Amino acid sequence: MKTILVVTWMNLQAMRNRIGSSLVIVVGIAGVVAVLIGMLSMTQGFERTLRGTGSDGRALLLSAGVLAELSSNIDRDTLPLLQALPGVKRSAEGRPLISNERVVITELRKGEGKQRAYVNVSLRGVEPAGIEMRREVKLAEGRWFQSGLREIVAGRQTQQQFNGIRVGGTLAFRGSVWTVVGIFESGGDAHETELWTDADTARSAFGRPGASSVLIQLETPAALRGLKDAVSRDPRLQLDVTTERAYFAAQSQNFVEQIGLLTTILAAIMAVGALFGALNTMYSAVSTRQVEIATLRAIGFSGLPVAVSVMVEAVALAVSGGLIGALISYLLFNGLTVTTLGQNFTQVAFSFAVTPGLLLRGLIWALVLGLAGGFLPAIRAARLPVVDALRAQ
Amino acid sequence: MKFLPLIWAILWRKKIRTVLTLLSLVTAFLLLGLLQAANSLFSGGTLNLNAPLLITQARVSFTNPLPLRLLPQLEAVPGVEAVSYSQFFGGIYQDQKNFFPVFAVMPERWLRVFSHECQLSAAQIEAWKASRTTAIVGRRLADRFGWKVGDRIPLVSQLWPQKDGSRAWAFDVAGIFDDRTEESCPRMGNMYIRYDYLDEARAYGQGLAGIYLLRISDPEKALAIASAVDAMFENSPDETKTQTEKDFSLNFARQIGNLSLILNSILGAVFFTILMLTGNTMSQAVHERIPELAVMKTIGFTDGGVLRLVLAESLFLCVLGGLAGMALASVTMRVLTTLPTQFPPMHADLNVWLFAIGSMLGLGVIVGLPPALRARRLNIVDALAGR
Repeated sequence: MKTILVVTWMNLQAMRNRIGSSLVIVVGIAGVVAVLIGMLSMTQGFERTLRGTGSDGRALLLSAGVLAELSSNIDRDTLPLLQALPGVKRSAEGRPLISNERVVITELRKGEGKQRAYVNVSLRGVEPAGIEMRREVKLAEGRWFQSGLREIVAGRQTQQQFNGIRVGGTLAFRGSVWTVVGIFESGGDAHETELWTDADTARSAFGRPGASSVLIQLETPAALRGLKDAVSRDPRLQLDVTTERAYFAAQSQNFVEQIGLLTTILAAIMAVGALFGALNTMYSAVSTRQVEIATLRAIGFSGLPVAVSVMVEAVALAVSGGLIGALISYLLFNGLTVTTLGQNFTQVAFSFAVTPGLLLRGLIWALVLGLAGGFLPAIRAARLPVVDALRAQ
Repeated sequence: MKFLPLIWAILWRKKIRTVLTLLSLVTAFLLLGLLQAANSLFSGGTLNLNAPLLITQARVSFTNPLPLRLLPQLEAVPGVEAVSYSQFFGGIYQDQKNFFPVFAVMPERWLRVFSHECQLSAAQIEAWKASRTTAIVGRRLADRFGWKVGDRIPLVSQLWPQKDGSRAWAFDVAGIFDDRTEESCPRMGNMYIRYDYLDEARAYGQGLAGIYLLRISDPEKALAIASAVDAMFENSPDETKTQTEKDFSLNFARQIGNLSLILNSILGAVFFTILMLTGNTMSQAVHERIPELAVMKTIGFTDGGVLRLVLAESLFLCVLGGLAGMALASVTMRVLTTLPTQFPPMHADLNVWLFAIGSMLGLGVIVGLPPALRARRLNIVDALAGR
């Protein structure tokens, strides 16, 4: 055991003599780990934003069989029937807490120059109860819109990601001018990338009566079951009932699966390239140490400490590469906010989240690459024919 | 050229090192080929969308259908040859992962606008016109699911329930159209059902046309015609936005995000790594050969000759690995194209190859030059003495 430590320590001290080739492992693995963590932190951030949207205490009703609010259309004759459903919470004044919301899509401009794009942004028409029951939604600037006026309150991310959204600013669509009267925040959830207006204003301006979705505050989360049963028993209601949180959580699934697969393929190809680099470096390290290794063997050291020292060198280099890669990805990506097209065909802003779990995953890749890159050269070092190696000098 | 055997022999002096370096180069250029092809696809380089087509959508968003009543006005615009309208159907086939675009169109109008690019046999055209519940599909889509003419395709519409509230629809394949131009035509992955059937059977939305496609006679006048169209509907609830089909598609890709930034960042990381790796290999290779190089100089190689030899060695290594990597990338893309995915086929076009070859040469020079200069400066006496 002691011999292993001695030989390994000797070797680690001698590494500075081959710093150039050692850097190949460090840089190669840093690149793999940075790309891996960077891309995974993107899916993580997207998932976090959507999973953080909505509440288990609210039920979301959509037309039966649709996957997103955009394609849902609930007839206006159906809406009054919902007030009598069981489990609907009532306000202090006895009004049922139900918001019949109409979601339509508008185009906003994002970016400048070559990357300029016209992107889809949800315009959500909400009823007063919709603001009341979403306690996470807070007005940050200006005031709320007035019913009947073409006024908009924009989410914080909408304001930051797209051009021309500020309190007092105007937007022109459907042949009329809309004024932005306020900015709301909702803890960075998906609603922050929306524009909100009064539900009736949205319905009349877009000529679309009825609702896209209906949001209901439940008396207790357990009341969902009763509500579901009541809806399915009533033949007039062709609706799907889920919790608001479950609806948004499901929206991230496709994105996470697709990007996850792409990330693994990319990182795997890069890892193969880095592995060849690591093998190259370690073989050349062994050949540089030929005389040293042969001498050690000649004076009685066994092959094991020599092999271990090669493995330790490879792993040390790989893990330091992994650490550098993890650090780079953390500095470059953590908290970086971007927008992409979500399931609802509209933009969702999210921040890259470099979590401890992802950092650990990157370091595990580095460790595995180090072990794989050191293994064959270590065997060669242990088997080096002593006489030939000494004569080579 | 006469030194080629020499370079070859030098490279294989340390077999493991050369093989490993080449393999690293192969993976680097495999990634370069794939990423650049994706990049070129998203930036429109390989999109075969140069037909003289304009798309007129609702200015507020293309998801907001325009009414059918704009049709006569659009047809009357000078320079517009034919107008087709197209209502997005939002159909899902078996599973939402199988996504492909389905549009409801009128056959005669569709043929007038698209028959320059899409080919459908006369018999299949007749079959499509004859029955309202039929559909035509692009060759790529038909191959993806193994559909044949006469098959009945069940679709669940996300957007349009039937009058009885059911979202289940079914269409008979009347024809499969081919591409007259290039195989990268994105329309080959689409399905076209009949608008008259949809409009009559859907529970609501009657008279909504979706977006309009305008075939124009002179591509040079695209901008002028687009502004003329949009001016007609200004300040109405049905304000329009008209742009070329290509701009429409590019904008669509940009909605997904700044893809080229992501792709280029990864490429940058790959390149930096490969630069380190090959640079290290070359410097080792020259370092080991110092006595040899001195001997070569002794027998009459000039300083410049030695420099060129080392440089040639580095270039040869990079080009060999690079070409192999690009070849692998091309094969990979060909295989990917035959797989049943919703992605449009990617291929390495001329620009991608030029970029790749430029990178090979650049890499070869950058990593070869420092050791080559060192070889040129080599002093025979010192080198032979091992100093």
